[in-house]
Amino acid sequence: MIWLAAFFGVLMLAPALLPNNYYLTILILGCLHAMNAVGLCLLVGHAGQISLGHAGFYGLGAYATSYLSATVGLSVGLSMLAGVGLTVLVAILVGLPSLKLKGHYLAMATLGFGIILSILFTETVDITGGPSGFVGIPRLSLFGWELRKDVTLFRALAVILCIFVWLSFNLLHSRVGRALRALHTSERAAEAMGVDIARYKLLVFVLSAAFSGFAGVLYAHYLTFIAPSSFGFMFSVELIVMVVLGGMVSVPGAIFGAFFVTVLPEFLRAFENIEILLFGAILVLCMMFLPDGMAGGWNRLLRWGKARFAGGLHE
Amino acid sequence: MNKMVLGCSGISVRFGGVQALADVHFEAMQSDITAIIGPNGAGKTTLLNVISGMVTPSHGQLIFEGRDITTLQTHKRAWGGMVRTFQNLEIFSNMTVLENVTMGCHGRLSVPAWHSLLRTSRSRKLEEEVRREALAALEFVGMSDLAQTTAKDLPFGKQRLLELARALAARPKLLLLDEPAAGLNIAETQLLADLILRIRDTYNLSVILVEHDMELVMRISDAILVLCFGQTISRGTPAQVQKDPKVIAAYLGGDED
Amino acid sequence: MPVENRIRRHFSCEKMDPSSLLQYLITGLTLGSTYGLTALGFTIIFNTTGVINFAQGEFVMLGGMMSVYFMHALGLGEPAAVILAVLGATMAGALVERLAIRPVRDCPSINLVIITIGVSILIRGLAMLLWGKDTHVLEPFSGNQPIMFLGAAIMPQAIWVLVISLFLLAALKLFFSGTIHGKAMLACSYDSKAASLVGIGVQRMVLLSFMISALVGAVGGVILAPITMTSYDVGIMLGLKGFAACILGGLGNPFGAAAGGVILGVLESLGAGFVSSAYKDALAFVILLILLFVKPSGLFGLKDSKRV
Repeated sequence: MIWLAAFFGVLMLAPALLPNNYYLTILILGCLHAMNAVGLCLLVGHAGQISLGHAGFYGLGAYATSYLSATVGLSVGLSMLAGVGLTVLVAILVGLPSLKLKGHYLAMATLGFGIILSILFTETVDITGGPSGFVGIPRLSLFGWELRKDVTLFRALAVILCIFVWLSFNLLHSRVGRALRALHTSERAAEAMGVDIARYKLLVFVLSAAFSGFAGVLYAHYLTFIAPSSFGFMFSVELIVMVVLGGMVSVPGAIFGAFFVTVLPEFLRAFENIEILLFGAILVLCMMFLPDGMAGGWNRLLRWGKARFAGGLHE
Repeated sequence: MNKMVLGCSGISVRFGGVQALADVHFEAMQSDITAIIGPNGAGKTTLLNVISGMVTPSHGQLIFEGRDITTLQTHKRAWGGMVRTFQNLEIFSNMTVLENVTMGCHGRLSVPAWHSLLRTSRSRKLEEEVRREALAALEFVGMSDLAQTTAKDLPFGKQRLLELARALAARPKLLLLDEPAAGLNIAETQLLADLILRIRDTYNLSVILVEHDMELVMRISDAILVLCFGQTISRGTPAQVQKDPKVIAAYLGGDED
Repeated sequence: MPVENRIRRHFSCEKMDPSSLLQYLITGLTLGSTYGLTALGFTIIFNTTGVINFAQGEFVMLGGMMSVYFMHALGLGEPAAVILAVLGATMAGALVERLAIRPVRDCPSINLVIITIGVSILIRGLAMLLWGKDTHVLEPFSGNQPIMFLGAAIMPQAIWVLVISLFLLAALKLFFSGTIHGKAMLACSYDSKAASLVGIGVQRMVLLSFMISALVGAVGGVILAPITMTSYDVGIMLGLKGFAACILGGLGNPFGAAAGGVILGVLESLGAGFVSSAYKDALAFVILLILLFVKPSGLFGLKDSKRV
């Protein structure tokens, strides 16, 4: 919890330390990506499932709220709620039959689902505006107060991100988290202890989809413009990279991974085409040599440091 | 002693071309320790899998405490008070001993998920209660000092005890033990026998155990079911079964494996 | 505009008349052959190792792209370029097995899924670096002049596709049932421990399976490229549709994979022609999802055995 408070403090102070507004944009995107990544981390690292189509939920939330607020004319708050609600509904509809799928079958199902959504976003031009995107989305406003300045919006996002993290920590340290770890290690034993495996897998799937949907809703009202290309297979892969890089089980790791992946393209401006290659390399190398990702590396560093200095004290 | 806690009638199981169990009938009585024995391949573990819900029989009926549970899902059987251990240890190796045992309480002590999400006072109280129960179970098997050890670092004998403690935390009405003495030496087996008797007496539950170790079986069982090639060949008290010529023939003249 | 679309537009109409139907059928068979070959690639690797190689689609892409590169950048004649491209893709398959799969064979399946996805992205990224993002056309093997048949226009390339696919299918059948290496690979798929006990070098067989899958995929890519054009990112779609074809035919069944591919191709073509061409890609995935949810064993697959 102290860690979370410190992280919150850093986020709140960050805008003051940044030279200009462009970097703030990066931070905002990083926050949104982190929200996605935290949800996916719960699904992949803790429930032991996989989703290669999570960008679909991100887009579903974004398009739903955009359509409802800009085209239908509902208030922003109501549209946001409806956006998340729709994402949850679709997640239940897709998640229920997917429960019995495992490993590569599940991967393919989620991949197929993500691509179907992606095609829908591109082709239903009347609703989504098609490949050229959806313009004129109203700016984010909380309880009637429009967040016009980027700094204020960022701070609101930071608060929401920390809430997501708090919720995740609560879940992981509760009997639900235990049940997830149990079913990840031995489904048979978990079942024998009374864990309703199907229910828990669905719960985490829907929760992670809700996180993504919520992030999508915020994304739409921040950028006021969305396009299908942001919600395709590549983004789903980026999300997986974020989680893998962080060390699949670690929520802080997922956040680190999210910011890393968001910031990385900025450093690669000169080598624009190398991005895809790098993501592929990260996935392969991480899974082969560093399965606990950055979080594992960090833990090992801490242990080495403790051993070194504790040993030093004894001399 | 006179009420039936579990009844199997006509249980048959086919795996592809193999008839693993054929028309098995038996009853386990309340507070009894009932053993299921038989030579290798007799179908003992399959029968236990049917009882615990991990295998669905092609024919037959299963009655638990008066309810027909033939098609009831495994986790729901656990909620009803039927808990098992595994022949090939299925401990949660990356969790501590204490966490493993708290998993035993999962079916019995619960709150709706949103309480866990928001860490309400109700969920916190539940955590305390679960922890108390888990420590009590660990104390009973004599492993309280190992509560914070990671499960995979335990020696084999202790891991077996851990599975037992975990099952105990669930306060089962029926405890299913799948070859609990497998891999234990003579001294450890003696201790296990005493422990099972103590469990049955203290918690007043029923036990069904599948075992190869004849000394253990003969010492603690109240009733024995003998299977051979998926069929029942004998039922009765240890004394009766020991003298049954069919049983002797099935084991080829010895109680050695 | 791709030849296939040109012809489709020329004959497109709302009524189902025989020549349109035939046209779509032929287009479907042509597409379906590539899906079938891709699906075969999946099946071969899956049968030998139990791994689903997400990068399979990239081998198909490499076949087409490498041919274009060898022809246009290096100025080789088409036959030489094509053969070199297939060989190159086969080598890529070997590299993938050696570097990415062999070290992690015993990992949990999620790790393998992520690794093969990583490999597929890596290959795609390399292709983009080397050859850019443009789409390229590979010259048809024997010209562009359509052959009229019962009112439908058939491109000569389509005939090449069908003939080469059938030939490859027959060759594979011969290989698996007739040669010792093929039978050894089948043995690995049934029980790798038993196979190694009788002296089969399982690792060598795994390597071979990757190489054959890459070869099959690359051939599919080469023969289709003149019809549908090729670029660095055709791999995902083709790979996924190949996988859908695999599931449709029953995962693990080579005949099913080929049949599944053809069925998928025909369905897609008919759907695009008579219903809507915008959603044609979605059709394959809808079929995939329905199959996975309802009948994962597909049309010709074995029923799932019960968990003990």
